[in-house]
Amino acid sequence: MSSATANETAPTPIEAFARVEQAGGPLLPLRKTGLARFAERGFPTTRDEDWRFTSLKPLADLPFLPTLEPSDQAFNQTEINGITFGRHDVDRLVFVDGHHSSDLSLISDQPDGVTVSNLADSLSELKNDISSLSANDENPFIALNDAFFTDGALIRIPSNGRLAKPVHLVFLSTAAGDGQAAHVRNWIDAGDNAQGTLVESHLSLGQAATSTNVVTETRIGAGANLEHIKFQDQSDSTVHLASLHSELSKDARYAFHSLALGSRLSRNNLRMRLAKPGIECVLNGLYMTHSDQLADHHMIVDHAAPRCDSHEYFNGILDNQSRGVFHGRILVQSDAQKTNAKQTNKNLILSDHATANTKPQLEIYADDVRCTHGATVGELDDDAIFYLQTRGLDTKTARRMLMHGFAGEIVDRIQHDGIREELDQLVWNRLEDKHHLD
Amino acid sequence: MLEIKNLQAGIEDKPILRGIDLSVNAGEVHAIMGPNGSGKSTLASVLAGRDGYDVTSGEVLLQNDNLLNLAPEERAREGVFLAFQYPVEIPGVNSAYFLRSAVNEIRKHRGEEELDAMHFLKAVKTKMKELGLSEDFLKRPVNTGFSGGEKKRNEILQMAMLNPRLAVLDETDSGLDIDALRIVADGVNRLKGPDNAQVVITHYQRLLDYIVPDFVHVLYDGRIIKSGDKTLAYELEEKGYDWLIQNAA
Repeated sequence: MSSATANETAPTPIEAFARVEQAGGPLLPLRKTGLARFAERGFPTTRDEDWRFTSLKPLADLPFLPTLEPSDQAFNQTEINGITFGRHDVDRLVFVDGHHSSDLSLISDQPDGVTVSNLADSLSELKNDISSLSANDENPFIALNDAFFTDGALIRIPSNGRLAKPVHLVFLSTAAGDGQAAHVRNWIDAGDNAQGTLVESHLSLGQAATSTNVVTETRIGAGANLEHIKFQDQSDSTVHLASLHSELSKDARYAFHSLALGSRLSRNNLRMRLAKPGIECVLNGLYMTHSDQLADHHMIVDHAAPRCDSHEYFNGILDNQSRGVFHGRILVQSDAQKTNAKQTNKNLILSDHATANTKPQLEIYADDVRCTHGATVGELDDDAIFYLQTRGLDTKTARRMLMHGFAGEIVDRIQHDGIREELDQLVWNRLEDKHHLD
Repeated sequence: MLEIKNLQAGIEDKPILRGIDLSVNAGEVHAIMGPNGSGKSTLASVLAGRDGYDVTSGEVLLQNDNLLNLAPEERAREGVFLAFQYPVEIPGVNSAYFLRSAVNEIRKHRGEEELDAMHFLKAVKTKMKELGLSEDFLKRPVNTGFSGGEKKRNEILQMAMLNPRLAVLDETDSGLDIDALRIVADGVNRLKGPDNAQVVITHYQRLLDYIVPDFVHVLYDGRIIKSGDKTLAYELEEKGYDWLIQNAA
């Protein structure tokens, strides 16, 4: 890494902001507030309770170089077809280093009223929407994103509408230099009874130590049903920061799947607000880490209305000296009677040097609720291995089957058949590469 | 078929089996009974090759192969099947996938062609029907969330699919109501043939009303202290184990 020298010449966020300010635009007030809030708070440290197990040193060591201009690297459709999920019949929106590429995007005719586009061209009309769900969050990376975001996806499904085919958001980091930082913003609005499947991929070409800071706001209307699959598979030198803010309405169903496979450091903040009765919210995650990777999921599920179900299932497979961090807070407000909340975090440790930090937290102010949580950290179950052996399977096959099953618990919850099957195969292949099977 | 000679085994320094001799011929059903702590489950574990047991003496021959030199999976491929007292839950591993892998591993070893998905499904569905298992069973993860009865029926299903030469059933009746017991016993009886043998380990006589043994052995303190025919089981039902234990002492 060339960070030592780059640091001296790299602009601070405040210096870099001059160009954002010059560009102006309808969101300039938000951007200014964002910068001020970030300047006030700075990067979190491990002294902050929410970042206790996750040191941002890999990020702090990098220069701060927001990718304010589109890259001039050229790709073609064939290359994009080769990425994970690239062969499915989907509408595709491609962003390169935080900038929309209309050449690489493929949008078919969606039904009337459905919008699948980039967001930077619609800022005037989104002025009151963007940050409406994330504004109260203290996370400094949201403030930083407010200040610097370049583009991202705008998905709108009208009431009773549905996406004709899944939408695949592809975010590529291509920057060649360390410290290039893409700030991505997505706005997803599913109207009442709307339906759709959304796949969000974060990938990198090359090995530079870039960073991605993505903020996604999803508003899920009454009776709507959205499946959202986030697939983070960036190179091992990158830093990935993501923040999801969702507000769900009556009887809405939202399944969010987080696959955290890449990046040296990844952090997913999930903030779910169950604002009306009858909601079903599923947060389902798999992290697989090796070398010195760290994958962190930090969620707050806010039950603000009665009769809602929320389920969080997170499994981690941790190898070498990597670390998995899980923080799951379920907040049940006093009105939220008949809440049914369930949370599990299971960690499979493949090496003596891997670490799992897991912190379930229940905060309950209603008296008629059912909340459960459980966390495990351990190795493969010897009894299960023996059981498989007595059925004729050797230990290598048995271990592979168990690891695959452990990941499969999560992958199986993905409803979209094609995506689930491809992911299943991908996870299987990654596990096959491991040297821990004997 | 199975020849156990002076088998002594224990955990760490604690001896549990203190010299077992048992001879089982093809076509026979043997019951091993005994009070709790007599070594019944240890015998099953040692036959299947579970880790943690030290065999200090003796040998176990399956058609002249010394089983004790083989890994658990090699024993399974040679035709040993253990129906577990407590079948292990394996979350995330689909039952159909698991069972087909096991069947094909064993077929491969026998030099038989592997079953493709279609032939496997056809075979397994017939057997599931006989055991009263619904079709969604195949999609569920192995034993995960199964009731006690379903777990035991799953053991018998696996046994039926793997077609072992020697089946060891460890307390297969525990936790079963009378209807489930009958289904499980019927399943076991269907598998009985001139080329295989069954060793049924049980605490209670009631299983033996349904799986009728040719021989009954009483295990106590790591030794077989009495052998007889099926009438011995009735005698035990009536008189308990104490009279035998006193005789042995």
